[in-house]
Amino acid sequence: MSADGERESTANLWREAALVAAKDLRIEARARVTLGQILPFGLLVILLFAFALDPDRGILARAAPGLFWIAVLLALLLAVGRSFAIETHHSARDGLRLAGLDGGAIFLGKAAAIAIQLVVLEVVLGVGVVVLYDVNVHGVGVVLSTALAATVGLASTGTLYGVLAAGLRLRETLLPLLLLPVLAPVMLGATRAFEDGLGGTPGDAWPWVAMLAVFAVLYTAMGVLAFGALWEEAT
Amino acid sequence: MMDGTRDQKDQLLLPPVRRALGVMTAVSLAALVGFGLWGAPPDAVQGDAQRLMYLHVPAAWLAYLAFFITAAASALFLWRRTRSPVWDRVAGASAELGVMFTALALVLGAVWGKPVWGIWWAWDARLVSTALLFFLFLGYLALRRIPGDPVGAAKRNAIAALIAFVDVPIVHFSVEWWRTLHQQATVFSPKLSPQIHGVMGLTLWMGTIAFTLLFVYLLDRRYRLAVLEEGRAEVELVRAIAERTGVAVGP
Repeated sequence: MSADGERESTANLWREAALVAAKDLRIEARARVTLGQILPFGLLVILLFAFALDPDRGILARAAPGLFWIAVLLALLLAVGRSFAIETHHSARDGLRLAGLDGGAIFLGKAAAIAIQLVVLEVVLGVGVVVLYDVNVHGVGVVLSTALAATVGLASTGTLYGVLAAGLRLRETLLPLLLLPVLAPVMLGATRAFEDGLGGTPGDAWPWVAMLAVFAVLYTAMGVLAFGALWEEAT
Repeated sequence: MMDGTRDQKDQLLLPPVRRALGVMTAVSLAALVGFGLWGAPPDAVQGDAQRLMYLHVPAAWLAYLAFFITAAASALFLWRRTRSPVWDRVAGASAELGVMFTALALVLGAVWGKPVWGIWWAWDARLVSTALLFFLFLGYLALRRIPGDPVGAAKRNAIAALIAFVDVPIVHFSVEWWRTLHQQATVFSPKLSPQIHGVMGLTLWMGTIAFTLLFVYLLDRRYRLAVLEEGRAEVELVRAIAERTGVAVGP
């Protein structure tokens, strides 16, 4: 009986999360802020790196993994801001609260929507890096696993800090200060893993991928636990 | 719930304890200055620059202790049975001191690094993770400065402290894998005596004790300041309401 109830509430959690994710993605499909503004911004960052680092001496190709993840990180800040900005219009936040959804489900839904948008962004930026920086990909499996684990970590941490800052005065300037130091291990691990995957020995990347996976699981779990309380406090 | 906050502990330490602690702190700091500058011999290799270690090592130790206290106090606040504004104030006060001691450790380390390593800053594991720790809790302090409903804000701050603290071991190990150059810790090493000259080891311990006393003293003072700040905010709120409603309030 209780096992059944538990199974049912877990199923509910996923169903509610899917609803929230679908809602956020539907808003994105109609407003096209990620595609129309955040994505071009990411490409612009990739382009500006070529001005900062001499494109003729192969520095870009060597630095490509780090530059790629810096661009993703900057785009994430915008995506998180956007994800919580859509809740401020027309009392959407109150609507979502009154809908009786579980806090953990709202967290998973919003994080999933951000993750899906990040994946699109990473594909485009990845193609941009390969084309513009003249990079070869050796270990496709390593690159894909790294991107997957890092994206889950980025999206869940971003959502967690997004709700923490949501509704606060000064949230736009506070969010990067809170989020970037926490994401430093993701930046570090994803860059090292990409270096191995793109350049030399893809096999060396797996410890980093494991670290990224641990980070992703940890922050997703904390998000599921803490989101409800923070969501209630957000004004 | 709001009313329950007023009669909570107004001070952390009883006045006689605090005064005794203040005297002990001053005496131990004076002893540290004496031993650090004159009592301990100059290092065989590093010369007088090594004396900076008597401040750098205790500052770094205190930084870690302070952040641990912030995390523990935040957990105690979040746990319903121990929830009290006391823990929120302790968490905030300790984080402020932690950020200060972290900055001190980084600056002293840089000043020491220039003559000994030949560089102000190295991309060494412990340096990088300490710098990240500094920014992690600087963000936490920025969050704390944003006013709001007291109980809600305290809960938010406590959650923020814990999710930042979880990052500390991840930062530590990831950066450790990345690079390591820093010398191994000496104070807590079991092979203390063969590594450091007796007086030098004594001075290092003296620094650790003096800084720990200073930390507790400052924590108490900062706690008291937090209580006064809350009181002022409440008085201002009452006055603002009185002005709006036109009802006079007594002095």
